[in-house]
Amino acid sequence: MRALTFSKRNFKEILRDPLSLVFGVGFPVVLMTAMHLLSKSIESMPDFFSISSLAPGMVVFGLSFLSIFLGILISGDRETAFLSRLFASPLTASDFLFGYSLPCVGVGVVQSAVSFCFACLLGFMPSWKMLLCMLVLAADSLLYISLGILSGTLFTQNTMSAFNTIIVNLSAWMSGTWFDLGMIKGGFKTVCEVLPFYHAVEAVKNTLGGDSKAVFFNLAVVLVYSTVIFIVAGILFKKKMKG
Amino acid sequence: MNSIELKELSKQFGSRTAVDKLTLSVEQGTVFGLLGQNGAGKTTTIKMLCGLLSPCGGDALIEGISVTSKPQEVKKLVAVSPQETAVAKNLTVFENLEFVAEIYGANKSTAKEKAQEMLLRFGLADRAKDKAKSLSGGMARKLSIAMALISKPKVLFLDEPTLGLDVRARRELWNVIGELNGKMTVVLTTHYLEEAQALCNKIAIMSCGLLRALGTAEEIIKQSNTDNFEDAFLFFTEKEEEK
Repeated sequence: MRALTFSKRNFKEILRDPLSLVFGVGFPVVLMTAMHLLSKSIESMPDFFSISSLAPGMVVFGLSFLSIFLGILISGDRETAFLSRLFASPLTASDFLFGYSLPCVGVGVVQSAVSFCFACLLGFMPSWKMLLCMLVLAADSLLYISLGILSGTLFTQNTMSAFNTIIVNLSAWMSGTWFDLGMIKGGFKTVCEVLPFYHAVEAVKNTLGGDSKAVFFNLAVVLVYSTVIFIVAGILFKKKMKG
Repeated sequence: MNSIELKELSKQFGSRTAVDKLTLSVEQGTVFGLLGQNGAGKTTTIKMLCGLLSPCGGDALIEGISVTSKPQEVKKLVAVSPQETAVAKNLTVFENLEFVAEIYGANKSTAKEKAQEMLLRFGLADRAKDKAKSLSGGMARKLSIAMALISKPKVLFLDEPTLGLDVRARRELWNVIGELNGKMTVVLTTHYLEEAQALCNKIAIMSCGLLRALGTAEEIIKQSNTDNFEDAFLFFTEKEEEK
């Protein structure tokens, strides 16, 4: 109950910071539109940049902004001593982790739905599988939420931005959003496959393609990463609670 | 009856001893002043008493409950208003109050009632719908204290509550704190000696983590053989520096 009360407060805080919200929802939409227009105007543009190939990656890319929202919120709470007040209240470490995570899952799902709707306007084929994708994206969002909690716990608002910029860029460049990973060989491909971002995008693509076995594998990689990062973030957060 | 009992409470940060075997007790329903220069150990002591820091040695009992063995139980009995104003800046004044009431276990309707009561008591009713970030320093500090009081704690910790406030805002807060005398136990840290004299039933002077003097303002003046409280304060804090 306390965790829900805390999550309600966090939901309001995120919604009332319009700049980050517009950026989080707007930026992937703007990129999708730009790439769509580009692929239409250049004849030899590879198929990979068509909206049907690009949309799943862009939707996941949008989720990476959750780590920024959450990092800003947590480090802001720490810097204004608001968190000190709450640390002295009956809220437990798990109340905090749940309370910070839950609203971001909601925001992530809404963000994904907006991006998919926009993709449909640009020519993406609507399908009932997009509803399944919402579940997969909710699971994907946990990865970025865990990274947001980690950054908000470890860093100040200034240094946190640097960390999350790295996460957003890794998510963009190492996920196979901007190029077909099958065309690449060597170390770069291996790193992409080891990191969770590629698997987060693949899980969405596999859901749309109906390959459930691949969905489970890719989602498992994402969830293992999320769990490990959540545990580390939780330990560090609990340490902060004890001063 | 004692509301707070410290038994050789100690805290070290590396090789530095911040609080050194502090032993004292605070009577129920009194306003207790904790004075000392910067770095004397006041804030560290308060943080240990409200569960924000784990002691390295000794123990403290709040209403008979140990802060070392049952910190979560202690947190239900205490509330803290930290040095910096600790409010959720994007929530309205009313929402801030309602939120704190709910995390201390009040249901929705009780929380609303309590929030309304606090708005009237602290003269914040006309700002109820304004976001906390739009409040002046004095108003925000009032809200911060109202948030600490809404759960009707057994023990209230006020860490330098009037720091940086103008004369009028300070006097208003003095009235609020004065009204609490006899109703709940208040532990107050301050650098303003006249504030301690005006508000506190009993005062402890700390220096270098040690308790230097304990008693009413008059008793402390007598103990130091000085003419006024400021000289007495300097006597007890300089004594250590000379050593």
